[in-house]
Amino acid sequence: MSNKFIPHTQADIERMLAKVGVSSIDDLYADIPAEVIFNRDYNIPSAMSEIEIRKYFNELGNKNETLTVFAGSGAYDHYSPSVISHLLTRSEFYTAYTPYQPEISQGTLQYIFEYQSIISELTGMECANASMYDGSTAAAEVAFMMVASARKKNRVLVSATLLPRVLEVVKTYAKFHGIDITEIPEKEGVTDLAALDTLLEAGDVAGAILPTPNRYGIIEDYSGVADKLHAAKALLGIYADPSALAVLRSPKEWGADIACGEGQTLGMPLSFGGPYLGFIACSQAQLRKMPGRVVGATTDADGKRAFVLTLQAREQHIRREKATSNICSNQSLMALYATIYVALMGKEGMKEVNIKATAGAHYLFDKLIESGKYEPAFPGKPFLKEFVVKTAGNVAELNKHLAANGFMGGVDLGDGKICLAVTEKRTKAEIDRLITLMTE
Amino acid sequence: MKYYDKLIFELSREGRKGYELPANEFTSNSIDAIPANLLRQEPADLPEVSELDVVRHYTNLSNKNFGVDTGFYPLGSCTMKYNPKINEEVAALPQFGGLHPMQTEETVQGALEVYYNLQRALSEIAGLGEFTLNPYAGAHGELTGLMVMRSYHEQRGDTKRRKVIVPNSAHGTNPASAMVAGLEVVEVKSKPNGSIDVEDLKPLLNDEIAGIMMTNPNTLGMFETEILEIAKLVHEAGGLLYYDGANLNPLLGKARPGDMGFDIMHINLHKTFSTPHGGGGPGSGPVGVRKGLEHLLPNPRVTKDAEGVFHVETGADSLGSISAFFGNFGVMLRAYAYILTLGKENLKMVGPMATLNANYIKENLKDDYLLPIDGVCKHEFVFDGLKDKSTGVTTLNVAKRLLDYGFHAPTIYFPLLFHESMMIEPTETESIETLDEFIEVMHKVAKEARETPDDVKNAPLTTLVRKLDETTAAKHPILNYRTLKAQQA
Repeated sequence: MSNKFIPHTQADIERMLAKVGVSSIDDLYADIPAEVIFNRDYNIPSAMSEIEIRKYFNELGNKNETLTVFAGSGAYDHYSPSVISHLLTRSEFYTAYTPYQPEISQGTLQYIFEYQSIISELTGMECANASMYDGSTAAAEVAFMMVASARKKNRVLVSATLLPRVLEVVKTYAKFHGIDITEIPEKEGVTDLAALDTLLEAGDVAGAILPTPNRYGIIEDYSGVADKLHAAKALLGIYADPSALAVLRSPKEWGADIACGEGQTLGMPLSFGGPYLGFIACSQAQLRKMPGRVVGATTDADGKRAFVLTLQAREQHIRREKATSNICSNQSLMALYATIYVALMGKEGMKEVNIKATAGAHYLFDKLIESGKYEPAFPGKPFLKEFVVKTAGNVAELNKHLAANGFMGGVDLGDGKICLAVTEKRTKAEIDRLITLMTE
Repeated sequence: MKYYDKLIFELSREGRKGYELPANEFTSNSIDAIPANLLRQEPADLPEVSELDVVRHYTNLSNKNFGVDTGFYPLGSCTMKYNPKINEEVAALPQFGGLHPMQTEETVQGALEVYYNLQRALSEIAGLGEFTLNPYAGAHGELTGLMVMRSYHEQRGDTKRRKVIVPNSAHGTNPASAMVAGLEVVEVKSKPNGSIDVEDLKPLLNDEIAGIMMTNPNTLGMFETEILEIAKLVHEAGGLLYYDGANLNPLLGKARPGDMGFDIMHINLHKTFSTPHGGGGPGSGPVGVRKGLEHLLPNPRVTKDAEGVFHVETGADSLGSISAFFGNFGVMLRAYAYILTLGKENLKMVGPMATLNANYIKENLKDDYLLPIDGVCKHEFVFDGLKDKSTGVTTLNVAKRLLDYGFHAPTIYFPLLFHESMMIEPTETESIETLDEFIEVMHKVAKEARETPDDVKNAPLTTLVRKLDETTAAKHPILNYRTLKAQQA
């Protein structure tokens, strides 16, 4: 009867049944209609010992091919310091519940406060929440925030240069919630700002979400955009790569009211797409419209500095159907991941990651162009770690050839366009080998 | 041990570092070539600390936390069961950790197999046709499930159905998810025992109803005995039944939502399937549907062909995408390892032992605590505070006093059906000895409430920090170090 995760001996069960006043386990389920009672074994495999589990998952893992990654498009192969996994496996962190009992959750509450501080610094914004599920859902919630702030305006503009997978999620959320999403078209790889002017004329726009860098890796120039939006009583939201914000003009510096994005670039393993985290940061004026948990500093009865979940009146468990979001969790442990990562890399390391990745990316770009087999998809546009080249060849065939040689090539954008990404992890030897494979 | 309250920013010293990257192999600093107005004007004020600073700092922070590995969580509706360590080992395997989510199918067959097999196991356990594992959390699953519900009606051209029935005893997330999904909430009353009042339900059913959201057992831990009648009524009215999987644990081995007539449900892998709560996430909220609704599930979907090869598919009739990639894959690995570890022989004991544990606590404490609904419960039950109301000791006081005795608090002031709700769920992983200790402490607190009520009212007395000033925190929010520093200056 007893199992390593279920400690009940036969004697325990009998003693407990006696106390409850029933004669069998089945009696505990006497209220369930007989036709609903499930009275066979589940059709799932038999129990495995730990030895078998290890073997099984190792063998499953070996059916995958771990490649040297030269793709990005929303998930990047950045370096992850050893310290992080050691600290994250402290079970005081990972087996804890949501910190609703602050007296025994100061560890979680404090790291979330540090996380919010780091996101506030990187984005330049005045406040940040405790994190969202991922970048795409964060962007969707920002669209909701914009409409909630604007009152009576129901349209949110989203640049066509936002990552397609993010755009898709924003559109799905908006479709059900009843928000109008209009794409601002792209022109030569960047948001068509003249088209933005036209879209603002109708006066029904609650806000616009623009990326930095964009889906092609291009750093767009948003000079004057905040003023235009604000003049139209609309908000500016910037979807940013938080790692790149160590060197790029920050959302605040572009005049943004809200910043959001995908936190995976803060050292998180690729992990087949998750867990990562989404972030939202905003100006003081937007704070009470921001979804998700927020941690604040306060003091306890003895005057000690301490941290607590705050501004909960905004949240679903209080407001129920009047809430503006249904989120009732955060990616807490991944927020800890990001916090430890930024703490280790620090002010200089965060810049150095960008400098190294950018140097590698530009080297690869230059060599591909020099080969004559590729041309720039968006000539002259500035980029950091990610860029797009064009080939007359077959991209799918090329990527198969690369995979056969242990490389994940760039993401196929169609029409011979390939989106390649280089992180600080890629050595010159790896890049040279890729160039050979791509040009032979 | 000394009380540690430094922030990582307060350890910072200019010029100190906690990382090392390889020497630069490239000659150019290409960032210099980027136009200056595209670059950061003011540097971000990030910490500058050594590796050991970081290790000690976060180790000290971890010591200020309570987790399942520290002690017992009688936390209703949260299913705080033990998080097996082998699951962590499996989730950390490098053959999964290094996979880019956009790698081609041929190179990620192992990962797709994990996704597919877990999806099949959940379908069997739920009695439904197919699952998506993409939703990131329970609330995200609810939202996805309601999107399925709306898509079902809309694809049939039945566009009038924009209302969803939610019991007044439901988790707060239910109405919030409905709102986000663009559905209007219609509340159905509960009977005194927390079950849905079928007579109140009948007049609510009409051709504007998209469906009903139910938790079964409900938030009072009672099985909805009229479920078959409710399913019949809702289906006859053209609606669908949504099952909130928050309370699935007691049914493992005993009943399946699909067999009760539910069409759509979500499962919290971080509750029923033992994956860690992580201090609030990452969780995972897979959504299952009855056969015939699977084409509506979100993209991408993972399928298996006749040759046993796994594929990533994008369906044209799908409701769309609700995640950038495949959801919290790392959480799926853990849940799948848990299911395989217990296997068909042991998974069926989870529900019965969780139910036995809850009833054992209830029967032992109902002399001191007010049990508004007597009778056999499932995995959890609700007390309406202390039985003796003359002491002035509230549910909040009792909850805080438990912290002094080394237990986490129960879920309090939920459900909203009672003034002093105290919702207790022990889970199956706790032994009778742990339950007896908890029972003893609960009796002790009840005695203190009668004899030395101030000790209870002022609790906690022995925790690292005591009662926090939450009012000032909300009135004058200090949400980051920048604000804190400015205030101190």
